[in-house]
Formats: sequence, C-alpha cells, structure tokens
Amino acid sequence: MLRKRIIPSLLLKEGRCVKGVKFADHRDVGNPVTAAKVYDAQGADELLFLDITASREKRDTLFHVVEETAENCFMPLTVGGGVKTLEDIRCLLLAGADKVLINTAALSDSELICQGATQFGDQCIVVGIDFVRGRNGQAEVISHAGAPVPEKDPARWARRVTELGAGEIVLTSFDREGTREGYDLETTKCVVDAVSVPVIAAGGAGSLQHLADAFQTANVSAVSAGSIFHFTDQSVIKARAFLKTAGVNVRPYL
Amino acid sequence: MIVVVDYGMGNIRSVSKAFEACGADVTVSSKPEDLKKAERIVLPGVGAFGDSMANLKKRELIEPLREEVLVSKKPYFGICLGMQILADSGEEKGSHRGLGWLGGRTVMFQLPDPQLKVPHIGWNDIKVVKDGPLWAGLGRKLDFYFVHSFHFEPKNASDVAATCNYGIDFTAAVLHENIFATQFHPEKSQESGLRMIRNFLAWKP
Repeated sequence: MLRKRIIPSLLLKEGRCVKGVKFADHRDVGNPVTAAKVYDAQGADELLFLDITASREKRDTLFHVVEETAENCFMPLTVGGGVKTLEDIRCLLLAGADKVLINTAALSDSELICQGATQFGDQCIVVGIDFVRGRNGQAEVISHAGAPVPEKDPARWARRVTELGAGEIVLTSFDREGTREGYDLETTKCVVDAVSVPVIAAGGAGSLQHLADAFQTANVSAVSAGSIFHFTDQSVIKARAFLKTAGVNVRPYL
Repeated sequence: MIVVVDYGMGNIRSVSKAFEACGADVTVSSKPEDLKKAERIVLPGVGAFGDSMANLKKRELIEPLREEVLVSKKPYFGICLGMQILADSGEEKGSHRGLGWLGGRTVMFQLPDPQLKVPHIGWNDIKVVKDGPLWAGLGRKLDFYFVHSFHFEPKNASDVAATCNYGIDFTAAVLHENIFATQFHPEKSQESGLRMIRNFLAWKP
C-alpha cells in the first residue's frame, strides 16, 4: 500500500540553512548537506529544499547544495524557490532534483506549469500554494512578490493548477509557518478534496500529533515540517514511530 | 565499465552517482562506441514516453541499444521510462511506438477508487513474483520510491518480476533473460535501492 510520507523541509539562503517565522526573521541553522544526511539516515521519505536567496548571482549556491545532496543522499528531493523558466526547471533536475516546486511564478505564468509538465512530465511539477486567513477568516491565496493572484480561493486555485499539469501541491499556511501551532486542517482538507493529485501539508507543525492530524483529519498524502525537526528533540524516527502507533500507514522499516 | 545512457531525459546524475556509490565504474554517454565497450547498460528516464523515444531516435541510439542488449545480451537495467519504453506502444500525450523489446503497452492509471491520487508518488511495497539474485538480501524491506502516472503492461505475464498495488495490481519490475527493469527508482530508494543496484552489478543472467 502507498505509504504516507514524512518530508523534512529545509529553507536555504545563499547555500546555508535558515529558519524563519512567517517567512521573515531568518537565522542561520547550519549546513544543508549535513542536515540532509541526518534526515536521510533517519529514514525521511523525501526532502524539500526551498531557496530564498534573493540575488540572482548567488543562485548557483542552490545548485551546489542540490548536487552535493544528490551525491550523498539516495532519496527523493524536491527543490523550489525562484523557479521562473523551463531552463530553471531543467537545471534543477540535472543537478539532482526529482521534482521542482513552482511557487510565485505559477501565479503569473500558467504556461510555465503547462510546458513544464509537457516537457518533463507532470509527476515532477509541484506547485506551491501559500495562503492566509483574511479578515473574515476566509482562506486566501497570497503572492510573496505582491503579484496579482488570479484565483483567491486555495481549493479552486489548486484545481486550476492541476488542470494545467501540476502533479502535486505543497500547501502552506503563511499564518502558521514557523509558529508550531499546527497545520490549518480545514483549508488543507478543502484542497485535498478538490484535487486528484497528492497534497503535502506545510506550515505550522509543532508536535507529532499535528502530523497525525494532517493525515487523519485532512487526509493529506504527505506532511512537510521544518521547525519540529530542527528545534525540538523530535526526529523523523520518533515521528514515524508515533504515526505508526496512531494508525497512519507510514513506512514500517528502513 | 557500465554505461548510463544519456539521452536528455532527466535524472542521469542521480542514477550515475548511486551506481558509483555501489562501486561501479560508470560512464555517462550517448555514444554507440561506449555502449559497445560497456559490460552493463543502464537506461534511466524521467519525462514523457514520446519525448524519450524521439530523443533515442535523434541520437541514433535505438539500433546500438538493440545490438548490445538483444544480440550481445548485456545485462540491462531500465528505470521508470527505461522500463515503460520496453513496450510496443505508449499512450502518454498521444500514441507512440516504444522499443518493443518485451511487447505490451504503457498506459495511464485508470483507478477504480477516485480517492486515490494520480500521479502515484511515494513509497510503496512490492510483491516479488519471480525471485532471484536481483532481490538478494532485501528480505522484507521491499518498500521503494515511485513517481509516475503511467504503468507498463507487458505482453507476456511471465516477464513480470514484481507487482505493486495501488487500487489495482500493476507491474513494478520485469525480468526477461538479460533485461531487468523497474517502475520504481532504486537510485532514490535509500538502502533497499542501493542493495538492488549492487545485486544488478553482480548479476550474471
């Protein structure tokens, strides 16, 4: 049976691992390749690299990290951040990524999703959707670049990008990111029910119970978490054991 | 020396690094003369069926591959697309001719349960139906990493080496004389995948 996945996420900036709260106040938390090796040894099911390097010139640092990780960790890698062109996708796949995450560009350039899926296969095009809870509590898709958002409703936007060819969705609650308050289960469930592709919950996991909640309440295919694995004594090994006991179908052995 | 065939289809680097980590002397190449020198041939592949066949054709690799694998009987390891194109035809974005080495078709998942998501992404356990040296040392550690929307239905059921269940039973691996291929990615399947690669490197079909 297909297992539910545990995916540690690593935020990268100029070749280093950083951690922030609500996408700001980033502090250095170490060497990403070292962190990736630890997660690999713990039997993480996949790794998610998100690059937030602002300057185009320093973007090469990302490729080096992906290459070095792929040389050392024989596990699935999803890489995103600043992906704007087919050439960006091609370079990341050649460096060793298995899937490429398109976030901001997906909002303004639907052709990128379409052509990316045609050229590289829909299974390697992942679209990142970030959302906030608006004043009336309604979930709304946001753009970090301040670009216009073609569809505010996360579920409808998720459906639209899958029609364009996205093979997977990473859904991140901006309000919860780095807060350890738990995933936004309600919005996540809406998105899971709206699309026929796998959905990865991101943003807010602070306890192992939060991971279980995402699987059992929102029925996601995978959970992504950063803080919980970086800053608490919880490891992927403990998470797997906890989830297994809770009845979640995770990989039983390494 | 083993050749990992480079025909512009995806994760060549991950595959060659995994084989190197298992002690193989790897040449990444698209040259027929390298295929001739190779002791073993690995055909990886991520992407679309039609593109992969078009790329093999453009690089004039189809005949040299046929020569080395079907005539000289060199051990062949196809991964993902490298398995799917063993079919006569593939139905990914139109209908395309495959290598046809094993016959059969590569088709999209039609799953009875609408709750099941496609692509089939993640770790799934397989059932070995044709045991042998390629599965040595794996014991019950038979979880491998899959990422695909299409699957291979070989013409002869006797070529199926392992199956996987995702709403339906589909072909996870095939074995026919010197041809071995998997739908899953051993180069991404941590310890179990590396073990399988080592088994392939030691394999004498």
